[in-house]
Amino acid sequence: MEYGFTTAAYVVSAVLFIQSLGGLSGQESAKRAVWYGIVGMALAVLATLYGPGAGNWMLSLVMIAAGGVIGWFVAQRVQMTEMPQLVAAMHSLVGLAAVFIGFNAQFEMVNVASVLADAPTTLRGAGLQAWLHEQHLGAFALKVAEKSAAELSVLKIEVFLGVFIGAVTFTGSVVAYGKLAGKLTSSATKLPGGHMLNAAAALLSVLLLVLYFQGSGTWTLIAMTLLAFFIGYHLIMGIGGADMPVVVSMLNSYSGWAAAAIGFSLSNDLLIVVGALVGSSGAILSYIMCKAMNRSFISVILGGFGGTTGPAMEITGEQIAIDADGVAAALNDADSVIIIPGYGMAVAQAQQSVSELTRKLRAKGKNVRFAIHPVAGRLPGHMNVLLAEAKVPYDIVLEMDEINEDFPETDVAIVIGSNDIVNPAAQEDPNSPIAGMPVLECWKAKQVFVSKRGQGTGYSGIENPLFYKENTRMFYGDAKKSIDALLPMIE
Amino acid sequence: MKIGAPKEIFPGENRVAMTPESALQLQKLGHSCVIESGAGAAAGFEDSAYEAAGVEVVKTAAALFKAAEVVVKVREPNDAEVKRLGKGQTLISFFWPAQNEALLELAKDRGATVVAMDMVPRISRAQKMDALSSMANIAGYRAVIEAGNSFGRFFTGQVTAAGKVPPAKVLVVGAGVAGLAAIGTSTSLGAITLAFDVRPEVAEQIESMGAEFVYLDFEGQVQDGAATGGYAAPSSPEFREAQLKKFRELAPEVDIVITTALIPGRPAPKLWTEDMVAMMKRGSVIVDLAAERGGNCDLTVKDEKIVTPNGVTIVGYTDFPSRMGTQASTLYSNNIRHMLTDLTPGKDGVINHNMEDDVIRGATVTHDGAITFPPPPPKIQAIAVQKKEKPKELTPEEKRAQEVAAFKAQTRQQIMLLAIGGALLLGVGMVAPASFMAHFIVFVLSVYVGFQVIWSVSHSLHTPLMAVTNAISSIIILGALMQIGSGSWLVTILAALSVFMAGINIFGGFMVTRRMLAMFQKS
Repeated sequence: MEYGFTTAAYVVSAVLFIQSLGGLSGQESAKRAVWYGIVGMALAVLATLYGPGAGNWMLSLVMIAAGGVIGWFVAQRVQMTEMPQLVAAMHSLVGLAAVFIGFNAQFEMVNVASVLADAPTTLRGAGLQAWLHEQHLGAFALKVAEKSAAELSVLKIEVFLGVFIGAVTFTGSVVAYGKLAGKLTSSATKLPGGHMLNAAAALLSVLLLVLYFQGSGTWTLIAMTLLAFFIGYHLIMGIGGADMPVVVSMLNSYSGWAAAAIGFSLSNDLLIVVGALVGSSGAILSYIMCKAMNRSFISVILGGFGGTTGPAMEITGEQIAIDADGVAAALNDADSVIIIPGYGMAVAQAQQSVSELTRKLRAKGKNVRFAIHPVAGRLPGHMNVLLAEAKVPYDIVLEMDEINEDFPETDVAIVIGSNDIVNPAAQEDPNSPIAGMPVLECWKAKQVFVSKRGQGTGYSGIENPLFYKENTRMFYGDAKKSIDALLPMIE
Repeated sequence: MKIGAPKEIFPGENRVAMTPESALQLQKLGHSCVIESGAGAAAGFEDSAYEAAGVEVVKTAAALFKAAEVVVKVREPNDAEVKRLGKGQTLISFFWPAQNEALLELAKDRGATVVAMDMVPRISRAQKMDALSSMANIAGYRAVIEAGNSFGRFFTGQVTAAGKVPPAKVLVVGAGVAGLAAIGTSTSLGAITLAFDVRPEVAEQIESMGAEFVYLDFEGQVQDGAATGGYAAPSSPEFREAQLKKFRELAPEVDIVITTALIPGRPAPKLWTEDMVAMMKRGSVIVDLAAERGGNCDLTVKDEKIVTPNGVTIVGYTDFPSRMGTQASTLYSNNIRHMLTDLTPGKDGVINHNMEDDVIRGATVTHDGAITFPPPPPKIQAIAVQKKEKPKELTPEEKRAQEVAAFKAQTRQQIMLLAIGGALLLGVGMVAPASFMAHFIVFVLSVYVGFQVIWSVSHSLHTPLMAVTNAISSIIILGALMQIGSGSWLVTILAALSVFMAGINIFGGFMVTRRMLAMFQKS
């Protein structure tokens, strides 16, 4: 009876979660969708607490409440520019929880095995079941005890996988957090041996799986966890800052797979459903990000940009600087303006100033729009969130495919703190490392202003011929200060 | 270095090579400036203005040539001026070395360095010192103004209380810098503007200025501007015939014709023949910007404005930039100033005549007692090579065939994927116990649903999507909740920690998603 109720609640939760993800197809429906998610989660937790096997109510509630307060507090305080770090940090929590739960499953298995060994040999079938119920085992342990030998081996594989993925997610996310928060260097760093080390660690883990499978005990699981910790750390350390959108969505995917694997080991369908949803969501995001950089997933994971096939095209011309007066004059004359924000805008915290500029230009009846490249920033959709925070209406914030054709009819394009995503070499120079990557064709606008700190190259270290084009003017300086200097001159 | 500008001696020349403004800029480069008294008067710059800008004013040209190490001028020098140059002295001005060989010889003998502003190569980097372009720009503007001066009607069409006025129809032949400037001026005055050029690639530029490009019905070799450094080249007789035929069609319609066609190193092509003039309406105006090189119109008289017997005015002035002395001087002095900036790389007032530099090398016609004209071709192509042929338009049959092929490929791919997936599932089913398979079905279906649902998520909501998936991946809390009641204290502690962490995630994830979504606002 109770069990039936729990399953029913799980089905409802699963539907609510699917609704909640599906609702994110539009800005308005998304506001409703998040409530579906909240209700689904509440229902699932309540049903589990009410359902079979959950003991220790008090402790559970206290822990949820304590975690909830911290989560609430963090969510209220976090700056929108810090979103990438926050997301990475939350992934690490899911990963660690998966590791703990996986270990618990192992402990219970050992526990159950010892209890079964003590069981009176006269008991068979239903009698054994009844005896087990008297042994003060938890709900989960009971389930384990009921499993056949084949089911136990499958359980072992599931636990092993769950712990492995969880551990990789945990250290990987911690490193990603460190890189995004600027606590670790964002450049790609590897230990000597590079990816051979990762491969060796993975191979060793497989070996440990075999040992574990044959019943070598808990130490194999612990050793594997340490190896997985290392793989997660080393893998993400070897990936550079601009590839972070892929990394974060990849870790998102991993945290989902970890949950699914744990779901298998606990025979919990809801965990499997949600884990699969989250896992495929992260996988799709990674795929979209890779596609936007015209790189394969493997090459991102292996870090760095692929080798070039020949000398880069020679760039002619020079970078011509311009001051705020010139930019303001051009903006005052322009009818249509497209702004292309990048990570530099987030670094300089310039989104409020950009929004103010947009408001002023729009008040004068100019057509101002934003062009967002899928990998702008350090998180999928990062720029959209920053602009939304600064109260830029979302209907003028457009995707690359929606706006790329409009550049030739645009009077002024303003590039704020982005580099590789507006690099014409991707289209013009077949030898460029980023050749073939879809880019925003801002150079087709009548005039381009590039707000940039100095004359250096972008993350990829590739020269950007855009800066040397005849219709490009360089507006050097901190993005926020530059835009603020413009504001009083727009009238 | 001391930079000096003498008074132009060519009769009627109003321009001056240095303005008070450019002198200030030159001083920033570490140079000092000197000017002949009255040099800027015709362009509207008094001696007192120069003095206020810190420029030394000397009485005579002789004194100036003695004082200045670098002499800047507008018109090419005459013999007397060249003879005043000494060894090591530099002259920067228009020079036309190809036409003035004797003058070039003389300058070489004097040991002077001559930088010819008309020889600045046409590359992007040198645009800021391209005096030909800046003068052509003024000429184009002024040509329209002169035409308007001689034209008895409005440019723009108007419907007034006193009656309707039709708009003027202007034809601009040759869309170089001057032609484009004329097009811009004419359209902004409100005239209907047509424009023609032998280089089809400029059609886009012409249309961007608001004029209509006159297309020829001509099959055959069209010119590629890139091959000739962006200038026009002589056209084939057949092409010329087609062109003249088109002009004959247009002649009775247009009110104003502005011709700017020039081919480097040749007399101007005759494009507007006598019979076309005869066909034009009384009161029409022709402005021939090519008058200096013989004119594009048969009837043009150099430096004069004539009226033909059928009442068509033909303007053959050659001094359009000089007629706008102030503007022309400002632009020209800026061109000179940019040239000096490149010649003074250290900004320390020391001229470094770097003959390795493409721009400086190209413009220098005598240096160190030797003639350095003509220069070697620049290393860089002047303008982009014409786009290769557009991809061929597909016929409906070909399109259909492609669609069918794509459909077949897709079907094959999907069947392959399904077959492989099915085989794998079967393989798993062979070994795994039934209880596992029950969960496995749920898993596979969920992945499938996930893929379907996530593709529809809008790009702009990817960050909220990550936050929300984060929150719901904390469903792992269920596992911990089921273990927390265990008899083993170790399991309980680990489970409690997991519940705690998942709790952070659930609340944090949902809260932050809500915060983000609330920020998305429609305008």
